[in-house]
Amino acid sequence: MKKYVCDVCGWEYDPEKGDPDNGIKPGTAFEDLPDDYICPECGAGKESFSVV
Amino acid sequence: MHVELIKNIFSVGYVDWNVRDFHSYETTRGATYNAYLIKDQKTALIDTVKAPFAKDLLENIGSVIDPAKVDYVVCNHAEPDHAGALAQVLKALPNAALVCNAKCDATLSRFFDTSGWKKEIVETGDQISLGKRTLQFIGTPMVHWPESMFTYVPEDKLLFSMDAFGQHYSTSQKFDDEVSLETAVFEAKTYYANIITPYGRNVSLTMEKVKYLDIKIIAPSHGIVWRTHTQKIIDLYSNWVVCRAQPKVLVLYDSMWGSTEKMAQTILEGASVPGIEAHLIHVRRSSLTQIATEVLDAAAIVCGSSTLNRGLMPAMGSVLTYLRGLRPMNKIGFAFGSYGWSKGGIEEVERYLKETGWDILHEPIMTQYSPAPDVLEECKEAGKKLAERVLGA
Repeated sequence: MKKYVCDVCGWEYDPEKGDPDNGIKPGTAFEDLPDDYICPECGAGKESFSVV
Repeated sequence: MHVELIKNIFSVGYVDWNVRDFHSYETTRGATYNAYLIKDQKTALIDTVKAPFAKDLLENIGSVIDPAKVDYVVCNHAEPDHAGALAQVLKALPNAALVCNAKCDATLSRFFDTSGWKKEIVETGDQISLGKRTLQFIGTPMVHWPESMFTYVPEDKLLFSMDAFGQHYSTSQKFDDEVSLETAVFEAKTYYANIITPYGRNVSLTMEKVKYLDIKIIAPSHGIVWRTHTQKIIDLYSNWVVCRAQPKVLVLYDSMWGSTEKMAQTILEGASVPGIEAHLIHVRRSSLTQIATEVLDAAAIVCGSSTLNRGLMPAMGSVLTYLRGLRPMNKIGFAFGSYGWSKGGIEEVERYLKETGWDILHEPIMTQYSPAPDVLEECKEAGKKLAERVLGA
């Protein structure tokens, strides 16, 4: 599973950690995040992320 | 009019003495939109001003140099208070190229038709030699927009820091050592609290990135230039980025018939112990700007509202919406208030506090119509416990 970075603010999505504060369990691949997933730091959409 | 700040570096921006509302930020001391002109073998303008003041900026530039001799216009930040005048400025400076990063170029093209503009796209690490001086560019994403950038002049150890370290503070003076330091710091804190707070993490990353730079002078795009108290403002920023708390308790409230007010006063009474600075703030008699500034370095914030039409009071809704967006971190608190025949308002307050990311100390304190002595006793005890928690932390 690959890490993704938000191109807007630089926040990194680590699939191993997930995003528990926003209901994303550890071990969730970026590709499996819901389409309306937003960066927890700046609010940018999923399309603003790219592979690290 | 212009002021020469250092030899061949001029302040050519605009002092907006009368602005009092900056998209909801109450600017009690007005504001400035700073632009700087560096005269050298090549001449560069650093940032512009709000669109209505383009003429003033161009007059100021014209008082220093023939506008045809300006080679570069650096845009550190695409927000309209700094870039709004770009179209008019580039038209009046026939030989100037816009210097900005790719994200800034993309953002500007949403505001303007930039197709006819001469552009030089830069990224972190790039530099432009003006002759005796050099411009070095450092990307600072989300301090305060995605395209935000610093421009550093190593020869003067001078950082053009865009919104960072700025203040909404109109003065005829240009430097920190020419004004009251207390006022400058207060306005820098107000600016941080109301504009920069959501970007604390990115400010920290940026401060790490520029740590290797020798910075003697910080020239932000609002307010005075830091040249004597530069280290002080950097140190203050390192506290503000983590919302470092003072032993301070805020009791924010709105009240219809005095019940929630009585509860607020009693919580305040309980929290007023030696070593604690406690404030009672009626949200309809204080501005959002003042409240956010007090919240920045408060340890605990409790919020109370009467229930109006099964919801919270609208002014409290406005305050809590504002704070939820600013997301000041490391705070504790709880909700309280009164209701009549139906509940709803106090639960809504608590929901906001949770969404803001604050630690909720206990269940909301609620009373129907008017607080009985046992409820007031509970309020006093809650205030006392809050103070103890703050002092123990």
